[in-house]
Amino acid sequence: MDATHLPEVTAAGVIIKAVLILAVIAAIAGFGTYIERKILAFMQRRYGPQHVGPYGLLQLAADGIKLFTKEDIIPQHANKIIFAVAPVITAATAFIALAAVPVFPDFTIPFIDVYVPSIASDINVGILFVLGMMAAGLYGPLLAGMAQANKWGIIGSARTAIQFLSYEVVTGLSILAPIMMVGSLSFVDFNDYQADGTWLVVYQPVAFILFLIAGFAETNRTPFDLLEHEAEIISGYVTEYSGMRWGLFFIGEYANMITIGVIASVVFLGGYNDFWIFPGWLMIIGKIAFSFFFMLWVRAAWPHVRPDQLMWLCWKVLMPLAVINVVITGIVIMLVQ
Amino acid sequence: MYEFVAFYIFAIATTILFLITVMSKNVLYSMTSLAAGMVLISGLFFLLGADFLGVVQLIVYVGAIMALYAFAMMFFDATKDVKEKHGNSTLVFLLGGLMALVFVIMFSAPIIGENIQALYPVGLAENLGVSGNAQDVGLVLFTKYLVPFEVAALMLLVAMIAGIILAGKKMDYSLTECEASDEELQKEIKKEEA
Repeated sequence: MDATHLPEVTAAGVIIKAVLILAVIAAIAGFGTYIERKILAFMQRRYGPQHVGPYGLLQLAADGIKLFTKEDIIPQHANKIIFAVAPVITAATAFIALAAVPVFPDFTIPFIDVYVPSIASDINVGILFVLGMMAAGLYGPLLAGMAQANKWGIIGSARTAIQFLSYEVVTGLSILAPIMMVGSLSFVDFNDYQADGTWLVVYQPVAFILFLIAGFAETNRTPFDLLEHEAEIISGYVTEYSGMRWGLFFIGEYANMITIGVIASVVFLGGYNDFWIFPGWLMIIGKIAFSFFFMLWVRAAWPHVRPDQLMWLCWKVLMPLAVINVVITGIVIMLVQ
Repeated sequence: MYEFVAFYIFAIATTILFLITVMSKNVLYSMTSLAAGMVLISGLFFLLGADFLGVVQLIVYVGAIMALYAFAMMFFDATKDVKEKHGNSTLVFLLGGLMALVFVIMFSAPIIGENIQALYPVGLAENLGVSGNAQDVGLVLFTKYLVPFEVAALMLLVAMIAGIILAGKKMDYSLTECEASDEELQKEIKKEEA
């Protein structure tokens, strides 16, 4: 992939790309709910949604109508401005993070001749930017919980602060070892490093597993969905939300799942390189789809953990492992050179 | 042109947000506007071509430091206004104004004298065959500023150990798994300390 052979990236191309990401990811987030329910149902030997449309495919439309027409309730004693801003923060940070990752293959629109790049904004510190933006995403649940004047909300936002802060450390440290090997923070360099067909997960299996576990915590998925644990705190930070405000939290969560999938695919699983007879764009979509499926699979298979178990896992198991992994990687790199 | 417009948008928005932080009586507004201002400051770094510093601003200030403020927020009722104590408001304005003036003079003096020179400009590492923002920062950090860097690291280590010692006194007991009542637990802890 030589940068000089690619057409110039214009402002129009970037705008088209941004709209494309927004439209497709938001649609996938909606469709993801259907897939999630179907897969969970399959694994738990149920049918799942099946009454609206063939195989329940139109359930998505029914849910959309419900979300849009539901009464928008703002609690009496809530801080109204912050209450309204919080869902937007979650969705916005999730989509801003997607601006720096390669999402679809690059292509040129035939008639108007506009080149649409694979990465909307190819900054050379892409990985750090995505992690930083996902870190900023913690303000969505945090402010939502504190603004709604509800005890479950406060507990939910306290858990948000603890969980996201703790697992950011593990995400950062686990991804540090691959960064040391590649010597760059750019997603393109990661992809090119694995162009010979050896995936980084072969060299860094520990880092990969740590990153996946921390990714579950950062996207608030079961077994770590303590922020909105139904059995303990009603719905946590989303207790008072209804309608499309709730829907924005949901879209943000699914966009974050896709982001984690993209990072895992590009950093550890060979990126968008061609593999055997499969072209690169098919490979990356397949990998992202598998990581999405993997998250649903885990949700069906594992129970929740307790908050203290979550902290124990982070600070006494995952973080020491990540540090040891970084130190060993450093020593090996030093010896090999 | 784009940079010009973007700079003024970021600059004005940051100023307004930080004004809200200072003026607002509601803790929630203050914290939200401070965090948002931090995000916009990283935008200024990106405009200057310092991608790495911009991202560090995001991760450190927005992701970590502001989130620590958020911990403290848990002890307030975030939906109520805070009653501030105003003693001598003339003195406050005088001191604040003086400090602002001193800062303006400090930062504008070299600009007026045209003595500003980047000792280690962006692109420093390109001479060594590697390019990139992170490499530039790393090069300066581990040559010219190695001693301050290590001293800062030592200071953080001291603070961390102090924090662990302060917080870790009663850590032998798992409060979650303990089935004793609070009073029994207190008695047990006191006995242990004696």
